[in-house]
Amino acid sequence: MSRVPSYPDVESREEVLAPPGRLRSVPGVIRRNPLVAVGAAMCLAIFLVAVLAPLIATYPEDAGSAVHPLQTLEPPSAQHYFGTDQVGRDVFSRVVYGARISPVIAVLVLAISVLIGVPLGIAAGYFGGWIDEVISRVTDVFLAFPALLLALAFAAVMKPSITNTVIAISVTWWPWYTRIVRGQAASVTGRPFVESAKATGIPHRTILLRHILPNSITPIIVQVSLDVGGVILTASALSFLGLGAQDPTPDWGLMVSQGQAFFTTQWWLVTFPGAAIFLTAAAFNLLGDGLRDVLDPRRVLTTR
Amino acid sequence: MTGTMTGAKLSLQDLRIAFGPRRVVDLDRLELATGEILGLAGESGSGKSITALAVLGLASTLGARVEGSVRLDDEELVGAAESRLREIRGSRISMIFQSPVSSLDPLLQVGELFERTLRLHGVRKREASERASNAFREVLLSVDLLQRYPHELSGGQAQRIAIAMALALRSEVLLADEPTSALDVTVQAEILDLLRRVREERGMSVLFISHDLAVIAELCDRVAVMQLGRIVEEGPTARVLGEPEDEYTKRLVAAVPKIGVRA
Amino acid sequence: MRASTAVEVPLLEVEDLVVEFGPVRAVDGVSFRLPAGPYGLALVGESGSGKTTIARALMRLVSAASGAIRLDGDEVVGSSRALRAYRRDVQIVFQDPTTSLDPRAKIGSTIAEPLRAHGIVPRAEVDDRIASLLAEVGLDPDMAGRYPHQLSGGQRQRVAIARALSVEPRVLVLDEPTSALDVTVQARILELIAKLRRERGLAYVLISHNLAVVERLCEETAVLYLGRIVEHGPTEPILARPAHPYTLALRSAVPEIDLAARRSRIVLPGTVPDPANPPPGCPFHPRCPYAIDRCRIEVPELRTVDGRTVACHRAEEILAGEA
Repeated sequence: MSRVPSYPDVESREEVLAPPGRLRSVPGVIRRNPLVAVGAAMCLAIFLVAVLAPLIATYPEDAGSAVHPLQTLEPPSAQHYFGTDQVGRDVFSRVVYGARISPVIAVLVLAISVLIGVPLGIAAGYFGGWIDEVISRVTDVFLAFPALLLALAFAAVMKPSITNTVIAISVTWWPWYTRIVRGQAASVTGRPFVESAKATGIPHRTILLRHILPNSITPIIVQVSLDVGGVILTASALSFLGLGAQDPTPDWGLMVSQGQAFFTTQWWLVTFPGAAIFLTAAAFNLLGDGLRDVLDPRRVLTTR
Repeated sequence: MTGTMTGAKLSLQDLRIAFGPRRVVDLDRLELATGEILGLAGESGSGKSITALAVLGLASTLGARVEGSVRLDDEELVGAAESRLREIRGSRISMIFQSPVSSLDPLLQVGELFERTLRLHGVRKREASERASNAFREVLLSVDLLQRYPHELSGGQAQRIAIAMALALRSEVLLADEPTSALDVTVQAEILDLLRRVREERGMSVLFISHDLAVIAELCDRVAVMQLGRIVEEGPTARVLGEPEDEYTKRLVAAVPKIGVRA
Repeated sequence: MRASTAVEVPLLEVEDLVVEFGPVRAVDGVSFRLPAGPYGLALVGESGSGKTTIARALMRLVSAASGAIRLDGDEVVGSSRALRAYRRDVQIVFQDPTTSLDPRAKIGSTIAEPLRAHGIVPRAEVDDRIASLLAEVGLDPDMAGRYPHQLSGGQRQRVAIARALSVEPRVLVLDEPTSALDVTVQARILELIAKLRRERGLAYVLISHNLAVVERLCEETAVLYLGRIVEHGPTEPILARPAHPYTLALRSAVPEIDLAARRSRIVLPGTVPDPANPPPGCPFHPRCPYAIDRCRIEVPELRTVDGRTVACHRAEEILAGEA
């Protein structure tokens, strides 16, 4: 800066203050937050692993009910990258096939929870009054039970299966989202731009969809991305208790719980599926971070 | 140059403030004499508030780079040690803000706030409470308000309390950043009266920052008009606002709505 | 010859409006009539005067405890269809354009929304109408693609005005439309309002604490104190020669840039009383420099004095300068 920039006069100042809109393009978001790219790449990798599992897995049949009594509990080696389990199945192959189970459960549970929880929360926060009263009380009832206990109860009355695991966990998961969104929506409803919209005679439906929803959704996106790991672990707890995915399904959670007994001596049984859960959770987390950026037009400027 | 400023209580010289590559203040010279009320006029974004914060050594905490000179009497404040600046803040230079209620700690009763602040500046406990009640009388507030919490105060009361704090600390310079902009006109008029009196009785120097030229016209001896970081015109208030020379000042003056002059 | 104003149906009429928040009477029996435009009525007062609550009641954002709001002589009832029709005719511009625009909606969609909701223009013409509205308020039509945070305060307020105008209202409620803006920007927004008034023949209720703004834009002024009108009539005489001590104090407290225009100031002791617990007699008496015993007991009713209505027992003396 060799010289002071020339200052425009006041007539044009209003225009000067307004920079042209910077695009919130995907490359732009990635440049400001490179970890998003890492998250997205990891999610893509998980997806590819799930789709291409038969090609990647070294012993595809071990994802099923194969039993190899002669090679149980072998440590990682060139034949079995992640070692073998208590019935001699290749852990690597099972972890690869697991990408078709655990992440899918997580995505389904979270999608169902969002689809139920968010509309209810928004309605409660925006309309208030008896609508809020009813929705909030129902939510409270669900939240009064420990989530796992409730999921157990639901799972217990249904046949153990992945579908039923998804239903059981979803039932316990949505009330959290309702509660978070309700608070957000209520505070957004009190803001002047919503009053402006009401005063302009905009119908409720439009206000809810165009104003309340976009302004209340950010915490949910963050929460959902944080919850991926939690759902996978809850699903594994159900499996462990015999109410979720059942052996020989290569569910990561199930593998972790089955491997627990051998943890001190045969660490690979727990470590590899555990790492898969961790990586999946981390991938969605990073992606969620980026989504928050994309969805908030203001962050582009405030990060300057 | 420096030799000519001996009369100034506070003098800013070649002050440059920048946020990264963006220079927000480029001020050649501004002096505040003892017992003077100097208006610093300008619109939002003109750099007037950050200038005041730079005087207190607080601009750098916001990430600004400050160069140049700010002298209180003969002491250089730019680049002074943080411990020295902390001593000066309050005991010699005080600042009051636009939203007086939110600039008070919500968890402290006003009396506790006074006691803590005064004791931080080395005043003994007994003397602290005496100074607080004297200051309250000076700003025409009931000492009962010492028992109140900030949320129990009106905007006008809170602003009086902020001024009382400066008095109790025996500050020599008061930096007032839009202190009446959030107040009703009748309350604003009272605060202006109070500032005038404080200057007369205490000989306090006041840097009065405002976007409201009419308020500046009522209160200030001299005025400096700031536009985008620079002082475009400076002089006695009546002259600058009565016969402005700079184009920007002219436009500012013309923009002030006046009663009894129908457009 | 038109019939006398008493028989003519006003465009908007507020009669004996009362708004309560719990024990607090924020608005206490306010009445006024707004004729067809171009016409400006100002509601002037300080914090706690109830002026913003009146604006919100006019927009039906708060409900009235009693009293009536009539448009073209018809009382506006609560059914949602009637309300939507009413909100097409009566629009509001809020004080702070930073908060009154949805940060996540582009300018274009903010303006498009009311156009669609009320079916003002066929779908295909929405974009053209947005462009012409933006041009009318002095903005580049390209602004439609921006977000509010990319605009300056003045530009945002222009957008808010464009949105209000989009439904072709007959009445505009302007709630301190320039208070959050810089002076030069403020002056240009005032010019815009004056232009719209001329070109669209708008009638508006301007809420402001700034008497100079009021004088420039409004034929008629009502001064509010503690939820009641204390003085009401043509703007110029009220500001030049107030008949109510509160108007007098308010007028004298306005800082003047022009030293010659300064008047001696009337200092009001104390603060606005708690509206939940108003003083007996005239609500202004504890702060009134002219209060006499009668003021402490008897509530002054609004009565006509010198071409205006005023609620003060001593209005004549104050007008004559004898008080």
